[in-house]
Amino acid sequence: MAVATPAKTMTNVEAVRSTLYDALKRDDRIVILGEDVGNRGNVFLITKGFIDEFGPERIIDTPIAEASIVGIAIGMAMEGLRPIAEIQFADFIYPAFNQIVGEAAKTRYRSNGEYTCPLVIRTPYGGGVRGALSHSVSIEALFYHVPGLTILAPSTPRDIKGLLNAAIEANDPVLFLEHKRTYRLIKDEVPDEYYTVPIGKANVSKVGHQLTVVSYGLYAHQALDAAHRLEEEDHSVEVIDLRSIRPMDRSTILESVRKTRKLLIVHEDNKFGGIGAEISAMVAEEALFDLDAPIRRLCGPDVPAMGYALPLEEEFMISTERMVDAMREMVTF
Amino acid sequence: MAKTMTSAAPGKLERHGLTDEQLRAIFRNMLMQRQLDNRGFQLNRQGKIPFALGSEGHEAIQAGAAMAFDRGKDVLAPYYRDLGLALGIGFTPLEVMLSLFARAADHNGGRQFPNHYSSRRIGMMSFSSILAAQIPHAVGAAYAIKYRKEAGRAVLVTFGEGTTSEGEWHESLNFAAVHALPIVFLCENNQWAISTPVDKQMGQPEVWKRGAGYGMPAERFDGFDPLATYDVVRRAMERARSCGGPTLVEGMCYRFLSHSTDDDDRTYRTKEEVDRNRQHDPVPRFERVLVENAIMTAADVDSMKKDVLRETNAATDEAEALPYAPPSELYTNVYEGAYEPWQ
Repeated sequence: MAVATPAKTMTNVEAVRSTLYDALKRDDRIVILGEDVGNRGNVFLITKGFIDEFGPERIIDTPIAEASIVGIAIGMAMEGLRPIAEIQFADFIYPAFNQIVGEAAKTRYRSNGEYTCPLVIRTPYGGGVRGALSHSVSIEALFYHVPGLTILAPSTPRDIKGLLNAAIEANDPVLFLEHKRTYRLIKDEVPDEYYTVPIGKANVSKVGHQLTVVSYGLYAHQALDAAHRLEEEDHSVEVIDLRSIRPMDRSTILESVRKTRKLLIVHEDNKFGGIGAEISAMVAEEALFDLDAPIRRLCGPDVPAMGYALPLEEEFMISTERMVDAMREMVTF
Repeated sequence: MAKTMTSAAPGKLERHGLTDEQLRAIFRNMLMQRQLDNRGFQLNRQGKIPFALGSEGHEAIQAGAAMAFDRGKDVLAPYYRDLGLALGIGFTPLEVMLSLFARAADHNGGRQFPNHYSSRRIGMMSFSSILAAQIPHAVGAAYAIKYRKEAGRAVLVTFGEGTTSEGEWHESLNFAAVHALPIVFLCENNQWAISTPVDKQMGQPEVWKRGAGYGMPAERFDGFDPLATYDVVRRAMERARSCGGPTLVEGMCYRFLSHSTDDDDRTYRTKEEVDRNRQHDPVPRFERVLVENAIMTAADVDSMKKDVLRETNAATDEAEALPYAPPSELYTNVYEGAYEPWQ
C-alpha cells in the first residue's frame, strides 16, 4: 500500500503562488519582474507579500512596457539569473512578441549554444471571467508555431506545481499559461515536497475505449465532467489533458486514438490554425486508417474575441452540455 | 540634408592618459577594420560570399570605445556594424573571416549573417538583426551585474541613430534610469538608416539631448576622433562601474559605404555628400595625428599597414579552407539536449 505523502489542498492560483514562493526561497538567482508584482502583489495576489520578504531587487515592479519586461528578462537570463517574467494578462503580450519569438526562442540556436535563455514567462489567459476583448484571449496558437519555445498550459494544482518547477529548471524559454477561470475554481491536493512533471508529457485524466478527447486548460476539466456524464449512458470516453502544448505528446495521443479509433479535440481558442489543427493533421498523417470516424474539433468561434456582455461571452465559451452532445454524437457514429 | 560634425584640427593630440602603445593599438584596430571591411566587399564581388556589411566611417568611434572596455569584466551588447568594437575587445580577424565565410568553426556555426558576432569568451552578447531588440538584453545584463553587486563591471550597448526610433530603445533607457544600472548607451550616429536620413527619423536631431528626459547624463562627441570617443566612453563606463548609473553618449560619424553589399546608396544620397564627409575620414586623420606627434613614423605606419594586410590575407585563406557545418547541424541547439523535430 502506498504511503500517503504530506499534501495540502489548494486552488490553482495558490499552487502558482506557493511554487513561486518555494522557488524564490530555494534559488537567489530567481527574480520576478512584471507590472504590479511588487507593491500590489500581482493583480490576482499571486505574489502578495513577496516584496517584503524577498526585497524589491528580486520582486521588480516594472514600468508598463511588455516588450522590455521580456527583453530585460532575456538579458538577465543570458547573464546568469533565472528570471520569471510576468505579463499581467496574456492579452498584453503582443508588444513582447518579437522578444519572445525573435529573441528568446532563438538565443540558443543563433549562438549555437554559446548563450542560453533560461526564462519563464507566466501569463494568465482565457475567458469565462467577463474579461471582454482584452482580458480573455487565448494566445497559444500565436506562439506554438515557434521552435525553441516551450509552451505549458497545466490545468490542475498538482500539474501547475510540477510543470512550473520544470519550467524554472529548464535552460530554455518557457511560456507558462495559466487559465484565469481555473484560478479559484479548481482545487486539489498538492504534495508538499519538491517535484517536477515532465515537460512534453500529456496526462490521461480518464481512461476509456470508445473515443479520445484531447483538451487543455479550463476545458480539460469540462471535458472530464462531460466524459463522466457519458459514463452514466454506458459510453466510455478517454480524456487527455495535454498540459504541454509544445513539445506535444504525440505518442500518448496516437496510442489513445489507435485504441479508441475516434478523436475529438476541444479548445477555447478559435479553430482556424489552432492547436487542434496540428493534432488533427498529425493524427491524419499517422493514424488515418485506424480511425472509425472523421476527426472533430470543438473550438471557440472564428471571431476576434468574446464580448463583454454575458450573452456574447456565453456564446463564445463552450458549455459542458455541448461537449456531452459532441461526445455522444461521436461515440454513436 | 545630413551633415557630419566638423572635426578638430588633425594635428592636435589629446591622449587622455593613453600610452603610445595604446594609441598604436587604436590605430591598428582602425586599419584592421578598414582592411576587413574591404575584404568582405571584395569576397562578395568575387562571388565567394553572399553578403557583407561594412562599418567604414565607424573606425574611430569603435576603436576608441573598445579601448574604454575592460576585457574580462565588462559586457558588450553590440549591433551588426560593430566590427571595430569586436576586434578591439579581442575578437580575431580569423573569427571575423569565419563569420563572413559562415564556416563550422564560426562561433555560431555559420548560422547568423556576417557581422552578427557573439563570443562568451570576450563577453560579447548574441544578438539578432532586429534593431533595438538587443538593448533590453543589455539592460537585463546590467541588472544582473548590479543585483550580484559586482562593482567594477559595466555593460556597453551600441546602436545607430535609426534604432533610437524603436520603442524598446525608449523602454530600455527608462528602465536603466529607474534602477540606476551600470550601463552605457553608445549611439553611433552615422546619419543614415539604410536610406532614411536623420531628419526623417527624429524631430529633434540630437540623440544625446534625450538623456535629460530619462534623467541620465548625456554627451555628444566627434566620433571621427578615437581619442575624444575614448575620453567620453571611458568616463561613462567608469561612472557605471562605480555605481553612478547609466549614461547616454552619441558619437557623430558617417557611413561611407552602402548599408550592405545588397544596397546601393547612389539611389538615395549624393556623391557630393559622401565626398564631403570623406574629407574627414577618421583613418588618415588619425594617421596624421600619430605621425605629426611622433607616435609613429611614416615607415611604422607603412609597416603596420602591410602587417594588417598580411594578417587579413592569412585569416581569409585559413577561413576559406575550413569546412561548412554538415546539414545535420541544422537540428542542434534548438533546445538543451536531444531534440526530435516535429515531422
